[in-house]
Amino acid sequence: MPHPKRKISKSRRDKRRTHYKATAPSLGGCPNCGEMKLTHRACPSCGYYGGRSMFIPKS
Amino acid sequence: MRHNVKGRKLGRTSSHRKATMQALTTSLLKHKRIKTTLAKAKELRTFAEKLITKAKKGDLHSQRQVMDYLKDKDVVKELFSEIVERIGDRPGGYTRVVKLGQRFGDAAHMALVELVDYNEIATAKEEKQKEERDAKAKEKEEKEKAEQVEEAPVAEIPPETEKK
Repeated sequence: MPHPKRKISKSRRDKRRTHYKATAPSLGGCPNCGEMKLTHRACPSCGYYGGRSMFIPKS
Repeated sequence: MRHNVKGRKLGRTSSHRKATMQALTTSLLKHKRIKTTLAKAKELRTFAEKLITKAKKGDLHSQRQVMDYLKDKDVVKELFSEIVERIGDRPGGYTRVVKLGQRFGDAAHMALVELVDYNEIATAKEEKQKEERDAKAKEKEEKEKAEQVEEAPVAEIPPETEKK
């Protein structure tokens, strides 16, 4: 069976990994209460999504 | 290739999966709005909506077919009378899934599933529950306060414990 001839050096390994990046979550203002919230999710502070109350927040 | 592969296994055997779906549907029809993981919520849509469509027919045979899935007689009764009446002419799409973000503990994506025509009713119910909860908490707090006042002069607690 074929095998790698050389061990991949730290440098080559790390160069490959330069493209592994974390992306920032997409945030937007809640149209109901103005707090920042994740897009496409109900607002955790007021419980609204799409102009509709989905749940009543605890506090 | 995953061509023509429908549905999710949810990490369960087929019987376990069936039981999960039956339980979730029963809860949804009973409470009109439930919170679950996103995968289960999405899977629940097809399962629950098929039963509701069946219930719209309203005859004895369809009732028996629904009874095969839902083991709670009261829920089936409600489905065939109140829920079907409320849904009316809606051609499918009786449920709504709204994402909620991730849960602490296992970071699972959570979602709310609700019957579309029950949005306002479910919200009003939740509001009432919250008010009751708040009132109870307040009552408890006041009671504790009163107890503390009673205890203080009798036991002559040093200032350190009094703070508590």
